[in-house]
Formats: sequence, C-alpha cells, structure tokens
Amino acid sequence: MIPTPFGHKHLLGIEPLRPHEITAILDLADKYVDQNRATEKRSEALTGLTQVNMFFENSTRTQASFEIAGKRLGADVMNMAMQASSIKKGETLIDTAMTLNAMHPDLLVVRHPHSGAVDLLAQKVNCAVLNAGDGRHEHPTQALLDALTIRRAKGRLHRLNIAICGDVAHSRVARSNLILLGKMENRIRLIGPPTLVPSQFAEFGAEIYDDMHEGLKDVDVVMMLRLQKERMDGGFIPSEREYYHRYGLDADKLALAKPDAIVMHPGPMNRGVEIDGTLADDINRSVIQEQVEMGVAVRMAVMDLLAQNLRAEQQAAAS
Amino acid sequence: MTIFFTNARLIDPEAGTDAPGNLLVQDGKITEIFPENIEFEAMFRARNISPEAVEIIDCKNRCLAPGIVDIGVKVCEPGERHKESYKSAGLAAAAGGVTTMVTRPDTSPAIDNPEALEFVTRRAQADAPVNVLPMAALTKGRDGREMTEIGFLMDAGAVAFTDCDRVVTDTKVFSRALTYARSCGALVIAHPQEPILSKGAAATSGKFAALRGLPAVSPMAERMGLDRDIALLEMTGARYHADQITTARALPALERAKNNGLDITAGTSIHHLTLNELDPADYRTFFKVKPPLRSEEDRLAVVEAVRTGLIDTISSMHTPQDEESKRLPFEEAAAGAVALETLLPAALRLYHSEHLDLPTLFRAMSLNPAKRLGLDSGRLCAGAPADLLLFDPDVPFVMDRFALKSKSQNTPFDGQRMQGRVLATYVAGQPVYRRT
Repeated sequence: MIPTPFGHKHLLGIEPLRPHEITAILDLADKYVDQNRATEKRSEALTGLTQVNMFFENSTRTQASFEIAGKRLGADVMNMAMQASSIKKGETLIDTAMTLNAMHPDLLVVRHPHSGAVDLLAQKVNCAVLNAGDGRHEHPTQALLDALTIRRAKGRLHRLNIAICGDVAHSRVARSNLILLGKMENRIRLIGPPTLVPSQFAEFGAEIYDDMHEGLKDVDVVMMLRLQKERMDGGFIPSEREYYHRYGLDADKLALAKPDAIVMHPGPMNRGVEIDGTLADDINRSVIQEQVEMGVAVRMAVMDLLAQNLRAEQQAAAS
Repeated sequence: MTIFFTNARLIDPEAGTDAPGNLLVQDGKITEIFPENIEFEAMFRARNISPEAVEIIDCKNRCLAPGIVDIGVKVCEPGERHKESYKSAGLAAAAGGVTTMVTRPDTSPAIDNPEALEFVTRRAQADAPVNVLPMAALTKGRDGREMTEIGFLMDAGAVAFTDCDRVVTDTKVFSRALTYARSCGALVIAHPQEPILSKGAAATSGKFAALRGLPAVSPMAERMGLDRDIALLEMTGARYHADQITTARALPALERAKNNGLDITAGTSIHHLTLNELDPADYRTFFKVKPPLRSEEDRLAVVEAVRTGLIDTISSMHTPQDEESKRLPFEEAAAGAVALETLLPAALRLYHSEHLDLPTLFRAMSLNPAKRLGLDSGRLCAGAPADLLLFDPDVPFVMDRFALKSKSQNTPFDGQRMQGRVLATYVAGQPVYRRT
C-alpha cells in the first residue's frame, strides 16, 4: 500500500488511533475551517465518491454535519433513514450491510443504537466505514471536534485539566473524549452522581468526583454532557431540579474553574437541566457554537484522509 | 466381550491417583484393575478367559479415565433441530469423551411433562451413541408459576429438575417446588442470579464493559441469587445443585451452606474456568455466555474452588447457536457456546498450567456429577460401567470450529492453540469413537 498520513481503513473509534494520527486529523481540519469560512466552500477531495449516511438512530445535527461535509468535498451524498426502512421488516444488520455493499458506496457513515454494531458492519463491507456513534461505545468525530475546539481555544491539547460532567455511564461522547484526551496527556476529571459515573472509569486514569464544586476547581475546560430524558425521573437521579441544583453548570459553579475556562456541550442542550441557559449563550465562556462549526471541518478532514487511503488502495491494486 | 487395556496411565478420581496400570472390561463393566507389568497371559488363564476372545488395547502410556458425565447439555430437540440433534450432539459427545449427557429441558417447547420427556428419551435412544439422561423443567413452560409433575416426570426418567437459566423469581412458588421436590427425593438445579439486577446485561461490570459500552451486571448478582436459594434450602431441606458458580464473592456463602449440612452442591462451566471478561475483545459474540465471563480474579478463585472441592462439578454448558443468532451486535446476540468437544482440551489447559491435576479434573467432570445423580459411573473400579475415555493430554493442535461434529460451531476456542485430544471413547465397553 502507498503510504498515506492516516493508517486506518475505517474510523471506528478513537481507541485504535495514535497521537500523531489525531494531530494529523486536527491539522487538516484547521485548513477546512478556513475553507468553510470562505465564500467558495467547495473542494474536490471526494469528487466521484459516493457517501451513504446510514442512521439507525435519530439524529439531525450529526447527520446534517456529515452531509454538509461530504457535499463540500464533492461527494455524492445519500441519506438513509434506517429506522423507517428494512430493519422494521426484520432484515438483519448484516443483510442490510451486504445489500448496500453491492451498490459500491465508498464511504459509509453509520450510527447505531447498539455498542459494537458499527465494528460488526465494517467487517462485512468493502468501503470505508465511519462510526457516527454506536450505542454507549464511541463517537469518534465528536471527540475529534471537541479536541479541535479545545486546541483552538487553548492553543494546545496537552497538560490541560478537563472536567467531563454528567451522564458518563451512558455516553459514547464521554468515552471517546476520555480516550482521546487521555492519549494526548491531559488530566481528566469525571463529575456526576455515582449512578451515572461508575467507579470503573477510574481504571482509565480519570479522577472521579461526585461533588461538582470540588471537581471543577482550577479546570481549563468544562465539558457538559446531555442528560437523556428517559434517565431523569427516579431511575438514576431523583429529579430534574435536584440534578440541576447539584450538577447543573451555572455561573457560581463555573467560578470555581480557572477564570479563562471554556464551556462545552455536544448538544442538543437541556437548558436548566445540565446547563444554565444564559451561560450556554455567553460568548466569552461558551464554545458550543464553535463545536458545531468544528464538527463540519473535522468530518471533512476524516473523510478526506479515508478517501486518500481508498484511492491509494485502488492505485496499488491497479499497478 | 472382553477388553484388556494395557500400558495405560490410569486416572482414578476416587483414589486421587494418576499411575500406570491395566484394566479389564467384561460384559460392559470394569471387572479388575491391575498394577503395571502384569503377565496377562497367565492372568487370562487363571480366570478362564480365552486369549483369542480378548481385545487387547495397548494404551502406550496414554491416559485412561472414567468417561465425562456432563450436566447441562442443550440438545435442540424438540424445536430447533437445525442447531443440534440427538445424533449430532451424540457424535460430538463421543468425540469429546463425554459418555453421559445430562440434557437440559430449555427446548421449545420446554420438557415439562412426561410425554415430552418420553419423546426426548426415545429420540436419544434411537440416535445418540452415548448415555443420555434427561432433566425436566421445574415449572411449567419454565415460567416460574406452577410446578411440573415432578413425580410422574421422575417415573419417566427425569434425573433432575431445572428451569435452566431462568430464575424462579416468585419465592413462594420456588419454596413450594423445593418442598415438593424434597418429598420425591428429586434434585433441583438452579441458576443463582438476582434476576432484576442482571436484567439486560451482556457483560460483567468492570473495565471491559465500561470501555466497550455494554450493559453490565455486578458479579454480586450471583451471590444474591445464591444467598436467597440457600435461605430457601434451610427452609425446605431440598436437594439442590447450583448450575454455575462463577464469582469469588459467591464462594464463602457456598462454603457456609455446605458446612451447615445443607444438601447443596455446585458446578461451574468450562468457559468460566478458562476464559475471562476481556476475551470478547472486539465484540466477538462467540464469547457471549450466560452468566457473562468474569474477571481474571474471579476465574482464578473458581479454579481454586474446583481444586479444593468446594465447587463439585465442571460442565460444558453446551449451548448450540446458529450463525444468525450470533452475527448480531453483542447486546442482541444469543448467549451460549458449544463445548462437548472442547471440554477436555480446555480443561487440560488447567492441567498444563499446573492449577489442577488430572484426578482432580476427572473428579469434577466424571465422579462428582455421577455421584450427585446417583449413577455408578464416573469411576475406575470393579463393578463400574466401562464408560471410559482414552486420551493424550499433550498433543497440540489448533482448534478449527468447522471440524466440530456439532451442527452449530459457536465455539470461543476457534483458532486457538490447544493441547490434548480424545483417542477413543467407550460406553459400556463398546467403542463409540476412535480417532483416526
């Protein structure tokens, strides 16, 4: 195979990536940020390639982000809403994958409600697979866009104190971030009620706090997680209002962090549950809008790198 | 018919010995055991045996052990014969050195009435070359609401009563079933697990489950289930066997119950003895079993409990699943693994790692299960049935799942290096398998 800057056929998670590969993605994404801010946004990296977005779970933001990213790079993009389709008719994941594979897509963007489902699918198709979130396992492009946001705001992506707050247990965003930020040598604190932050996460080198006041002391980055509606009543936490009181981010709690600490949230936000609405909109502290912007750029960078591998593979096969 | 096994390494789990010797089989039973270097021509003359009528098998110093008695084999008849039939399971058992399969009633429909049990017995007699002893469900439809006809089912040949991996959650129903079973002298086999805590779990909570984002159960759920069952045993005095004890935390409770004189024994599965929670790696569903694989600390504690005899039996928990049930995301995939043919080579890993010697292994695989079921097999002594297996504990090979005789090939050992193979299996003195 012809050497390319990114040594993986798929992007299934952050776990297999090495630090220099993460840096390569972020460096390329920086260039795409500039391109996206220009009036002429199109380039050619994916021209002639077919990108299929297969979402087995509802998503508006991530799907739109992948669609725009693909289109700006010149790919033919197709969206498949899998919830409404053959899965309902009893077709297995593998059969769906094989059917799609026969249509020769080049990039397959997949979101699935079960952990490991995207890995399974990647074993059965010939194209490059991008994990857009599998169950509670990984959401690699979210972690990459968070990393890019942090690097641009803080000027570096190492030796930062980063707090990840909220429903860590059920969050693929938390897992991917924990792995990525750990690989880049940051100190990570997980903050939340013990029902949502299991102690096993300590084994990944994170520090665990159930007191948010203590946990937020002197951090550089506060990353809030979304609390799923179905976990709010009685099962994991007593009530929304008690959760907001103890773990919702407001100006008082944020005052414990470093004065220049940034506030992040993967969206969509529950204002008044995990984050104070005014704080979320405070352009001096919140980088939530930047995260969305970085999302498109990071996804363009990843697809560009995977497409380079596809073309190299084909060239190698032809010669 | 007379068979004389000579130059054998005799594995006697009752005496706890592993020593050279010779063994004489007449009319399906072991009749005498001799030390090494015996003048067998003279011995035949002294016993009026015509040497021409004797089949002499030179074991070449390979191991001769009592055949394995495997409690908890799933044969998928009736209902899912495409996964495993009595014929295919019987051939797999013979090739694996299992001379008695004690079959599970978790078929579809469940074996919960004498007519269904008779069907199974008939099918087994027609097709399986090894002994088959059926178990029956403890409650109708394994639904945990009404007890089955325990008396009639025993008359029809049920050797034990179990709802398999379903826990009878209604304590009143379970206590009555235990009380009634005691009056019949029936053995009840249960799956100790707190059913609500373990609901939906695909892994044991720990680093692996956290990393892979899988719904997980605390190993404590097993101890909670066992604690409840032990309390019910104190109430009812029933004969009880826990199908799989797989965690360190459950062991002290088991030990106390035994010391208190309760009629309790416990088993474990070969997978929990030889694999741990990290083995599923990238969501390999062949490693999904029930209960889920445990931590390495738990595994070692359970191996030690087998050594001391606290855990009585090792079984294959043979559970055939077709490719479709396994080629799914980990959470959705069916649990269970085939193991009739891999039971011995997997168990020999514990011998080669010097955790357990061969007599201890065969105490747990042959002698104890036979004793618990009141069988006279499982031992090497005069008068015992000649259910025997001859094996080479050292020969290395790479496991190829497509070489298995089972109809389903869902083994977690696929592609792994193993050591030890069955050379021949005898049931009542008849060869049912010979490695060619």
